[in-house]
Amino acid sequence: MKVTLKIWRQSGNDKKGQFVEYKLDNVKKEMSFLEMLDVLNEQLIQKKEQPVAFEHDCREGICGTCNMVINGFPHGPQQGTTTCQLHMRHFKDGDTIWIEPFRAKAFPIIRDLVVDRAAFDRIIQAGGYVSVNTGQAQDANAIPIQKEIVSEAFDAAACIGCGACVAACPNASAMLFVSAKVSHLSMLPQGKVEAKKRAQAMVKQMDEEGFGRCSNVTACEAECPKGISVANIARLNREYLGSVFTSEVNA
Amino acid sequence: MQGLADGYFVIPYTIGNFLANEIRTSSINTSLPEFEQAENEVRDRINKLLSVKGNQSVESFHRRLGKIMWDYCGMSRNADGLSKARKMIQALREEFYRDVFVPGTDKEYNPEVEKALRVADFIELGELMCVDALTRNESCGGHFREEYQEEGGEAKRDDENYAFVSAWQFNGMDSDPILHKEELIFENVELKTRSYK
Ligand code: SF4
Ligand code: FES
Repeated sequence: MKVTLKIWRQSGNDKKGQFVEYKLDNVKKEMSFLEMLDVLNEQLIQKKEQPVAFEHDCREGICGTCNMVINGFPHGPQQGTTTCQLHMRHFKDGDTIWIEPFRAKAFPIIRDLVVDRAAFDRIIQAGGYVSVNTGQAQDANAIPIQKEIVSEAFDAAACIGCGACVAACPNASAMLFVSAKVSHLSMLPQGKVEAKKRAQAMVKQMDEEGFGRCSNVTACEAECPKGISVANIARLNREYLGSVFTSEVNA
Repeated sequence: MQGLADGYFVIPYTIGNFLANEIRTSSINTSLPEFEQAENEVRDRINKLLSVKGNQSVESFHRRLGKIMWDYCGMSRNADGLSKARKMIQALREEFYRDVFVPGTDKEYNPEVEKALRVADFIELGELMCVDALTRNESCGGHFREEYQEEGGEAKRDDENYAFVSAWQFNGMDSDPILHKEELIFENVELKTRSYK
């Protein structure tokens, strides 16, 4: 099949970017979206041009790096999948496909479709962990916990930190991501100990990074490749408010 | 006994937290000669790849290497194929450093430089895998040398001569790697043939 690609090219965050048109006429419908871009890059290299920079690693939907906005949708029009899991059979011969980077103030553009998501790392560093400095982990079966809670924590833990929620949100808010991390940890006994401190530290870092506020648009949930529920945002709000009114002075 | 057992079970869960803040490697100074040397070596490797300015993409070399490995160094391999593969990889390596094209510079985000460095490593590693498979004249685990099989096609191990792990030492790109044998010594069990029949 043949496709026309309109790809955002930008050599750096302080440089001006623009859509550049490329035509590909040897696309197979079995190809993944990233394989299609590989074919384009091979052609560009043959012509001694700069290939389109895009991030990818696992190519199986678990690392969260293959971020781009395809025809207006983060990770493309298909629900519940990452870009690397999207295949060309979902497009038609002759289609024009628009490809852009995730756009948010807190995600500066490095090059073309690659953005710097270190803001997410700093949010995690602020509190997205359970403090066990050293020693062995407890045997999991020694900690009694309800199956329903485990499952809900697990669903929240499925967040791969891709940032599609930020890209989908008109306010570029990171609430879905932060709430997934806070929920996952605070629901489990190991994470409960630091729950208050964690909610405050992660929200503080989120604000410092320049992400917007949540106004309940819920576009994040619709675009999240891992189906993270906005119910987590409600839980984060509860955790956060609770921590404001009850936390220790030095927390 | 009580004291010993308590210490054994309790200490790992308790003392660690107190020591964790004491035992640590502070950040390492980068103005050391070793650091400088390593940095220069990496810079030289990158410049070497960028200055080839040939005609073939890194990706195309990666694919060709993959094909050689697939054809001759899969689970089922034989001496002829492996020797052939080794020569092919050597020729590929020569061609890589003569005709690879790495676009862009080292002063920007450049995934092609990264890929070129990796494929250069894979070429060396691919050759080493062939060398290793060639020297092991037996069949064992994922290494099925077609020359060494039982009548029914089962793997034929040679514990007499190959009860060791091969650790290879890099000896420069154009010389053979040096073999160090790490003997497998079994004191309480005796080696037997594994059979799924
Ligand atoms: S919540 Fe969903 S969209 Fe947001 S970072 Fe996690 S996986 Fe990605
Ligand atoms: S490349 Fe890892 S999620 Fe797509």
